[in-house]
Order: sequence, then C-alpha cells, then structure tokens
Amino acid sequence: MIVEQQFLRMRPAVDFCSLRLVRSREEIIHVRQDILQPVVTGHDTGAMITITDNGGMGYAATSDLSSEGLKAAIEQAWTWAKCSAACSVIDFRKVVMPKYQGDYRSHVEKRWDTVPLSAKIEIARSECARLKTDDRIVDWDALLWFIEEEQILLTADGGRVSQHLEILIPGLSVTANAGSETVRRSFGGFDLGRQGGLEILDDIQYTQQAPKLSAEVIQLLAAPNCPTGVMDVLLDADQMYLQIHESVGHPLELDRILGDERNYAGTTFVTPDMLRNHYQYGSALMNITFDPTLGNQLATYAFDDDGLKAEKVFIIKDGILQRALGGVTSQTRAGLPGTANSRASGWNRPPTDRMANLNLEPGVFSFEAMVGSIANGVYMKRNTSWSIDDSRNKFQFGCEYGRRIVDGELREVVKKPCYKGISATFWRNLKRVGNRDTVQVLGTPYCGKGEPNQVVRVGHATPACVFGDVDVFGGE
Amino acid sequence: MQNYFNELANFLTAQLKGDEIFTCTFSGEDSNFVRFNQNLIRQAGGVAQRNLSLDLIQGRRHAPGNCTLTGERSQDESRLAQILDELRRKLPHLPDDPHLLYATQVNSTEQLGENRLIPATDAVQQILAAGEGQDLVGIYASGGIFNGFANSLGQRNWFSTYSFNFDWSLYHQGDKAVKAAYAGFDWDDKVLRAKMDGARNQLAILAQEPKTLAPGQYRVFLSPVAVYDFVGLLGWGGFGLKSHRTKQTPLLRMIEAGATLHPALNIRENTAEGVAPNFDGKGFSKPEVVTLIAGGAYRDCLVSPRSAQEYGVPTNGASPDEAPDSLDIAAGDINADQILERLDTGVFINNVWYLNYSDQPACRITGMTRFACFWVEGGKIVAPLNVMRFDETLYRAFGDNLLGLTVEREIIVDSGSYGGRSSKSGRVPGALIKDFNFNL
Repeated sequence: MIVEQQFLRMRPAVDFCSLRLVRSREEIIHVRQDILQPVVTGHDTGAMITITDNGGMGYAATSDLSSEGLKAAIEQAWTWAKCSAACSVIDFRKVVMPKYQGDYRSHVEKRWDTVPLSAKIEIARSECARLKTDDRIVDWDALLWFIEEEQILLTADGGRVSQHLEILIPGLSVTANAGSETVRRSFGGFDLGRQGGLEILDDIQYTQQAPKLSAEVIQLLAAPNCPTGVMDVLLDADQMYLQIHESVGHPLELDRILGDERNYAGTTFVTPDMLRNHYQYGSALMNITFDPTLGNQLATYAFDDDGLKAEKVFIIKDGILQRALGGVTSQTRAGLPGTANSRASGWNRPPTDRMANLNLEPGVFSFEAMVGSIANGVYMKRNTSWSIDDSRNKFQFGCEYGRRIVDGELREVVKKPCYKGISATFWRNLKRVGNRDTVQVLGTPYCGKGEPNQVVRVGHATPACVFGDVDVFGGE
Repeated sequence: MQNYFNELANFLTAQLKGDEIFTCTFSGEDSNFVRFNQNLIRQAGGVAQRNLSLDLIQGRRHAPGNCTLTGERSQDESRLAQILDELRRKLPHLPDDPHLLYATQVNSTEQLGENRLIPATDAVQQILAAGEGQDLVGIYASGGIFNGFANSLGQRNWFSTYSFNFDWSLYHQGDKAVKAAYAGFDWDDKVLRAKMDGARNQLAILAQEPKTLAPGQYRVFLSPVAVYDFVGLLGWGGFGLKSHRTKQTPLLRMIEAGATLHPALNIRENTAEGVAPNFDGKGFSKPEVVTLIAGGAYRDCLVSPRSAQEYGVPTNGASPDEAPDSLDIAAGDINADQILERLDTGVFINNVWYLNYSDQPACRITGMTRFACFWVEGGKIVAPLNVMRFDETLYRAFGDNLLGLTVEREIIVDSGSYGGRSSKSGRVPGALIKDFNFNL
C-alpha cells in the first residue's frame, strides 16, 4: 500500500516509530415511529504517527495521507517527543514496544453488503411496526448499525499487524406514557453489539423481541414502584454487564491505578498493593476473565493498538484479584503484569488502557434455581441509569423492569428498580452465578474515558447473578 | 480553510444532476493535546482532522453521508465524487422523508476567529513551571476549530475560533484534589500562575482530617461549575421538542402536571454570548436567545429542523440532539462574600460527578460530590468532605428548596473532546439549597 511504503521510506532515525492507519465505514438504518430516518453512510480514514526518542513520546494524527501529510505528522510527533524527553512520566526507552506480524478478521457468515439496502430497511421497518400495539405507546424505534473497520499497525522496525472488524449493533425500544409517568423497554442498541454479519439477528432472536417489549412497557405503566429495603437481587445479564463494566472493569484499569485519569474519568480504590497481595475482590464464585479472543464479542481482536498479542487471562479467580488491565506502557510504569488492552477509539486518538472483552465466567445455577433461592428480593432487567464515584466505589444503578421475588417465586412487575452499593464490598455478596443458559454476550459501543476524550467498544459476556443484602429502592 | 471549503462546495454544486440539491457541513480542528500526571507529561501530540457531511436531496428523498478530507484538493474532489455517486445510487431505494427540512432562504454568514495563541510547546513549559512541586494531573488543549455550512442554493456559512483550554487538578492524596481551569483566546502566564496559586491555597484545607457525612438532608452550596453540571444534565432530553412531544423529557411534570421551579430560575440558550457557531447543520441561523425557563415556568423548546417539520412548528436552529450549546442561567442576589455566611452549616460543593437520572419522569438526579468539597460550620470551612452520593429531584433542589442564586456568574468553557473539541459553554451562578438529599 502506498501509505505504508511512504511511511517506511520516511521513517526517521528515532528510537521507535509506528504508523497506525485506520479506515472505517458505517451505515445506520433507523426507523422511528414507522418512518425511516436518514440512512447515514460514513467513511473515516486517517493515520497516527507515534515516535519515542531519547525518553520522550509524541504523536500526531492526520487525515492527510499524502507524503506531505505524513511528513508533517512525523515532524509534529517528533517535536512532541523532544518536548517531553526530559519530563515524561516514564523514560520511554524503558518501554519495549511489541513487534509482531499477524492479522485478524471478524468471522462473518452473512455479510452486510450482500443484502440489498431495501431488504435491510424492511427488517428494521417491520420490527418497528410491531412495537406500536397500544395508544399509550408514544415512541418506538428500531436500529441496525453496521460498522466495518480496517486497521494496519506498522512499526519502523518490522512489525505489521492487520485487523479487519465487521460489527452489527441492533436495537429496539418502546416508550409508553400516561399523564406524568413515562416508562421504556428496550433491547440492544446501548448494550448489545457483536462482530459478525446479519446472522447476528438470528442469534439474538431480533424478530422475536418486539411483542415482549410492547407487552412489558404497558405492564410497567400500571406497575407499582419497586419497594425499598435491604434484600436479595437477581440481576439479569443486561444489568450484570453494566455492573461488571463499572465496578470491576474501570477500577482495574492500570492507568487509573497510575493516576493518569484522575482529572477526568477518575482514580480507583484499587492499589498496587491489592494487586500484589491477592486482594479478595468478591466471593469465591467470582471469576472474571479478560478475553479478547472469544468468538464474536464486540471487542475481540488478536492484537491491541500497540501491537501486543491478545490472550485470555483471569483477572479475578475464585474471588481473588490476579492482575489489572493495562497495556505495555502501563505494565512497564507500574512493574505489574497486565493485558493486551491498549486501545484507541480511532486514528485521531492515542491508545490508553481500556477494557476489551471482560467477562464473568458462568456458574452452575439455572435461572429457576436462582429465583427459588430467594425469599425476599427483586429481579432486575436492563440497565437504564448508572452512576459511580470517581474511585469506582459508591455506585447507584437503575433498571427498566423488575419483578418482586417472594418465597422463591417471581411475583408482580415493579417499575424503576434501583439499587446502590460499594464496589469494594458488593461483590463479596455474590451468592449465586447463573449457568450457561443464563449467559448473554453483550457489550457497549459507548465506553467513554480519557483526555482527549475517547469512546470505545467493549464486550461483556455474563450470566445472571444473585447478590445478597442489597440496598434496593424505586422511583418517586 | 474557509476558501478550501467553499471550493469544495462549488465542486459539489458542479457535480449535481437534474433537480438534485445538496447541503453540507464542514468540521475540522488543528489541535494540540498534552496530558499531565504528577506534573510530568503522559501523552503529547497533535490532531489535524477535517470532515465533510453531505446530504444529497432529490425532492423529498435524501441520502446523507460523510467522509474525512485530506486537505489536498484533487484527492478530496475524487473522494467527494465517489461519495456523491454512492449517495446517488442509494436515493432510488429510499422513500420520501416527511421530516426533511433545510433552509431555502440564502443567509450567508462568517464568524472569523483570530489566532493569538502562543506555541503549544511554550504553554506546556509554563504549565510545568507553574505546577512545580505539585501533583498536577490534567490536559492542555489548544488550536483552531472550524465549522462550515454550504448548499447548492449558494449559502455559505463559516465559523473559526482559536482557543486553549487547560483543565487540571492538584492532588493532595487519594481522591482529595482541587479542580481548576483556564480557558480563553489569549494565554497569559500571569493568569495561569494566579489560578495555580489559588488552587494550591485550597490544597492546604484538603490536608485536614476529612469529614464523613451520614446519609440525610443537608444545606448545600453548589458552585457555578456544579450548577452547570446539575442543570446541564437537562440538556439530555430536557429542552428538546421531540422529547417533550414523546413525553420523554425529564421535565415531564412541568408540561403534564403543572410543576414549577423557583421563580428566580431563568434558563436560556444564549447563542449571542456563547462561543459556538450561530448556524446549524441544515443552514438555519440560530436566534440570539431562546428562553427555556422563565420565572420557574417552562417557556420554549429547542427545535431542530427535523422536529420542526415533524411537529409543524418553526425551527430555532437547534442541533439534532436539541441540547443547549450556550447555557445561560440568570444571576441571583447572593453576593460572593455572603456565601459561607448564608450557608452557615452545610456542604460547600465545588464539583459534582457522573450525574444521571435515577427517575427521569420525576427529574430525580443522582451523582457524586468530587474534588474539593467542604464541610462548613458557622460560616467557616472546617473540613474537607469524603465523597457523598446525592439523589435529589430538580423540583426540590431548584424549586421549594432553592434559597438563592449568586450575583456573580462564572463563564464555563466545556473541555470535552469526544470526536473533536467542544464549542459548548455556560454562564451560570452558584446556588444555595436547603434539605439536599445525600443517600450514600
């Protein structure tokens, strides 16, 4: 490729230099209230040059991929490397950057481009139409969001990693109103995306969701508020993913532990000593893995954006903390093991420590057995509200849909189920972990962090779980 | 850059066939971003990006697309021709769009910023010098931001600004820190040092034994920054016409149940005094002011062109998300030197964090205190506060329980940079509130 050849020809005499070239394309089909919204087609192409030299590091991102553009980017990155040489958080000569050769492609069975646009529109249109079943339904929509991304990471010393991703993010939502009360049920969109093609719609039973959502939103409209009290909660996978994301994933990011994020995304209650001293993060039922190699998850890849080879590792095993989430630079700075998770949101942002696929391994309990184990509690489904402190400790989450559990039986629907807790102790009250039948492969395309700000895609596969002694409450 | 955009718009106009027309927007930036941790550089670099969004329209059918631009004319013209061809092929497969609306009255404007920035490397050296001996963490961002609009009817709009935004914290230890910001168009090392000294002075208070509050209701003072974040959350669905008509607005009880806020509360989208462009993505000019809440009662909505067409009302040039870009909350009558005395005993909240609706129809908002928040007794700061979670409705906090707003207002320039550097800003007072609910 011309850009690669130009880069190799221009590579400067520095300690390390890389080119990360990203081309992405997206198409969004969105039908709202049975009206097709503008079908947006996006193309994004650019490159980032990274240089380390004499202990400093600098980068430059540009959408100008001409030889002049690359030359200017190299000069700018080099200027910043020189400027930071004597005043960086680490002498970058100590960071051994990876030099791999390899590639990765998403497994795709039914390619987006092989299905005519009109047919894809019809899928969204027909599912949208099925959502409007009652006059009290005031808004409803269906989404198919396709992303294709090709990235080439080239190092001046011979590394070359090529990765090609195809992603589908489907969604449905329905909103109902009565007077000053409005409730919502939704599926996907915010919490469900996978690598692959349109076969994902079959995998997730996309065309079977609308009637259930419409029925549930009307149920919610007439439902009482979730009760207040300390009780057990049974969190379905579409709330568990968020619980894992906010109270396990973010606290364990090594750049937070190193303090990089303290001005924006925040610090963490996790310390290097906890990592060295086998801190008990949760009950013995808690097994968290970092697994960027798993099938069709949203953040599956073979190499991170620094070129480090991705491998599955346990982050928490039998409740005991094993390691943090940090790429090669953070690992060197902290003197701690990490993971291949140095990731950027695109060509115009530098990689930082992010989650990729962070999963809770399944346990042995069926959904029915978990319900049966609860004398007094609430079943909660689908996250709708999330907030956690800057140390990732005091959290409060809310869900769209709940049901009381009394004496081991699912009872009436309750609206606005919320719960609050503290990460450092919450996971120690993990009482039951659902079996493989309760697992859902979820994730979000909207994980925000970093300065400058970046949104990346992360995957979370998780079963439903029971937690004990949880502070539960409802709406106003 | 303005000329380049106009040349591309002329190129696009020449490529049209038959009764086709187009609208397009340009966004670009030449930015420097330097991250700091422990008063050392964590990551330093530059981002040069240009993006063009194009909407090809034929009758009521239209196909939008966007692409990055290289800045090299022949390459970009080739790329735009490909996009145009792709959109043209798509048009026959698309139905009429009943909600399409774009400006047909030509109204060309330009707002040209002057580049008075010092070299970013110089600013960084001054920051490192000013922060010497401190645990400074944050980001310096600077450079040009460019926005344009054009259509095949001949309209051309251009906006450019050259600004800096240094957003930082000084840490004492753990999560105890002072947050500060310095943003503008003319960098002055003396101003930086004065702000750094101010932050450093507050650090001394953070060294004292922190106080942990029991959950309950407390008298609080929200700084202007905290008010900007608390009321700013309403930008998430609160003021948009679509969210009102679909009953999803967090202000639902104001439009359905007659709820009101404190009569002292006046909220406006003040484009005239903000730093954002005064035109939208469909070619409409934004009015100088849109009054959102007047005397505590709901007044007008922000209306995007699409919502305007859908609901049959005039647009006021709002963005597709119908959120304020230039939030303006009117001043009150509490002087700055009276704040601690009026607070008497309670919590001085400098910053809040991670706000979200915990009950959206009731506009109940949860979030955390963050950075330098203090416990005040008898009008004197006595201890830093360990972080607390609040869960409180807008109707209580800025309704019956609002004791007053400050005379002095702070200009807040958004330091956000998702996708590109933000042009949002606010001009807001602080707020004294009783019985503010902390729950964790």
